[in-house]
Amino acid sequence: MKEWSSFVGFVVKEFYHIFRDRRTAAILFGMPVIQLLLFGYAIRNEIQEVKIGIADLSRDAVSQAITDKLLSSGTFVLIKNLQSPAEIEGAFRSGAMSEAIVFEPASGKEIQREGSMDIQVITDGSDPNVSRIVTGYTASVVRDYLSEAATTIGAPKGVVPVPLMMFNPGLKSVYLFVPGLMALILMLVSALMTSISITREKESGTMEVLLVSSLRPIQIIVGKVVPYFLLSFINVVSILVIASLVFGVPCRGSVVLLMAESLLFIITALSLGMFISTITGSQQVAMMISLGGLLLPTILLSGFIFPVASMPLPLQVISNVIPAKWYLIIVRAIMLKGASFAVLWQETLVLAVMTVVLIGASLRNFSERLQ
Amino acid sequence: MKSAVLVEGVTKKFKTVTALSNVSLKISEGELFGIIGADGAGKTTLFRILCTLMLADEGRAEVLGLDSLKDYRGIRSRIGYMPGRFSLYTDLSVEENLKFFATVFNTTVEENYELIADIYTQLEPFKKRMAGQLSGGMKQKLALCCALIHRPDLLLLDEPTTGVDAVSRREFWQMLGRLKEQEITILVSTPYMDEASLCDRVAFLQDGTILAVDTPAGITGLFTAPLFAVRANDKHKLLTHLRSYPHAGSVYAFGSTVHYADSRSSISTEEIEAYLLDSELQDIKIEKIEPGIEDTFMALMKTDKENLHE
Repeated sequence: MKEWSSFVGFVVKEFYHIFRDRRTAAILFGMPVIQLLLFGYAIRNEIQEVKIGIADLSRDAVSQAITDKLLSSGTFVLIKNLQSPAEIEGAFRSGAMSEAIVFEPASGKEIQREGSMDIQVITDGSDPNVSRIVTGYTASVVRDYLSEAATTIGAPKGVVPVPLMMFNPGLKSVYLFVPGLMALILMLVSALMTSISITREKESGTMEVLLVSSLRPIQIIVGKVVPYFLLSFINVVSILVIASLVFGVPCRGSVVLLMAESLLFIITALSLGMFISTITGSQQVAMMISLGGLLLPTILLSGFIFPVASMPLPLQVISNVIPAKWYLIIVRAIMLKGASFAVLWQETLVLAVMTVVLIGASLRNFSERLQ
Repeated sequence: MKSAVLVEGVTKKFKTVTALSNVSLKISEGELFGIIGADGAGKTTLFRILCTLMLADEGRAEVLGLDSLKDYRGIRSRIGYMPGRFSLYTDLSVEENLKFFATVFNTTVEENYELIADIYTQLEPFKKRMAGQLSGGMKQKLALCCALIHRPDLLLLDEPTTGVDAVSRREFWQMLGRLKEQEITILVSTPYMDEASLCDRVAFLQDGTILAVDTPAGITGLFTAPLFAVRANDKHKLLTHLRSYPHAGSVYAFGSTVHYADSRSSISTEEIEAYLLDSELQDIKIEKIEPGIEDTFMALMKTDKENLHE
């Protein structure tokens, strides 16, 4: 019973540290909300109000109908009626527009005579992401027009793919960011904060006094980890609540399963933080390792922003050891696809094995004496 | 009497530096034992070995009758350790620090309050203040309270008075005297030689070797050469002049005077005065004095160095 009260005293002391240091408290509670709002509102992959110029050399019903359809979609804004294709380059250079569409002369007659016509779509290739999305949008608007107008101009020939985006029909990027953000924040809070708080005690010399106390090493480590475990869990819940209330991100699978998997991932991250603190005695080094060795890979290699499948092979191999990659797969599957544990047991197993290995390594490395 | 600390032939090396070489010590229960040595003499390493934070490369140590290697847990719960660096939580208040250390030692502040009452009453007016904002002397008093809160049988204080003002230092030693009455064995290290006379026994540590272990009186008894305090208008010239005297033993500045030990067993002040009169020094005053701890330590250091060079 006495051992228990000394452990509780230790945890209480940890909470004092967290709440008395404004920076720590700000990172713990401000960051998740700010990041979620940033990613949800400011950073989007969807394109809106693309400035376009149209050079309509055909000037007939067909070209007019396609133009109307483009502009009525809300995605495009006409800023310039170009008189000749020669004006296009200048307009791109000045940055006045992102896309130009050219209708060849007499294209309306051509489609009625031959069943096909050419529309040239020119984009500003200096921004490849925007170009790719804009051309895709334009093509789908034109396809729409063709299928609607099939009765008057005759059915289009050839194979027409009809895409349907399952689970996220609007291709909303916030659906993509929420799981990634959860992984990122849990990594930051759990791994970075624990490793810093343990190395801080080593640096200030208080670890020396703690070791020469009745506390057992396991009590010291667990006592360090418990507060961050609780705070991380609060973060998971608040992210999910904001995501669902503000951005309408659904959770189609079991919330209990999602929570359980999140708890597992928090433990993985905590054991990573523990491990880092056993290999260094300086806060600075711990921070460098956590930021460089954990945060950047979590953002870049986990599939959060860049798809793992499109990475070069060496990076794909490296991405396997990044816990966030597996957690991301799990969260996306549960939230968006409503997947059950039967589908996700392999990813869960990977995380579990990682955790066990890390905890084992930390316990082996943790020294009850000074080096 | 049973020994509280027993050190036998302990050697500790750090890469290229030998911090302790073949150190042996025996400290009895209830003793106030001082370890005197300059910075880098190996005091902190010895303390860390005794509180089981470090392992000796050679030799063995027994603390409170327990082996420092096998029974380190038993030792840890029965000693109070105060490291040389201030090692409390600066973002916790005085009260919270004390409470925290009481709980991690499975006790409460109330349980052993009478032991620290004497010290803690001085801290009481500041109990809500953060430990980081205390003065140097106050910090040391708080650290002492925290090390005492579980009523340890042995108190290990590593340089508790370094960087503390003269008044606080005196108060600190008065507290140690009172703790001794409570039958707590105290091992304290200090670079200040004037504090040595306040201990029951002292050990001189120099470059990882113990030069002498004795009572303060016994230590001064080691000094047999006649000693004089010499004064003149130019201290620097006086030093060089005395050092070139063929019979000179140790010669060093001591406050405003120069302490001069002669290598002959009997010598009068007149003889030295006669030698100094040849120089251009004025206002010469010579007085025969009894050696203090510092004189002995200087002499021991000197002979130790000479032995090394031979």
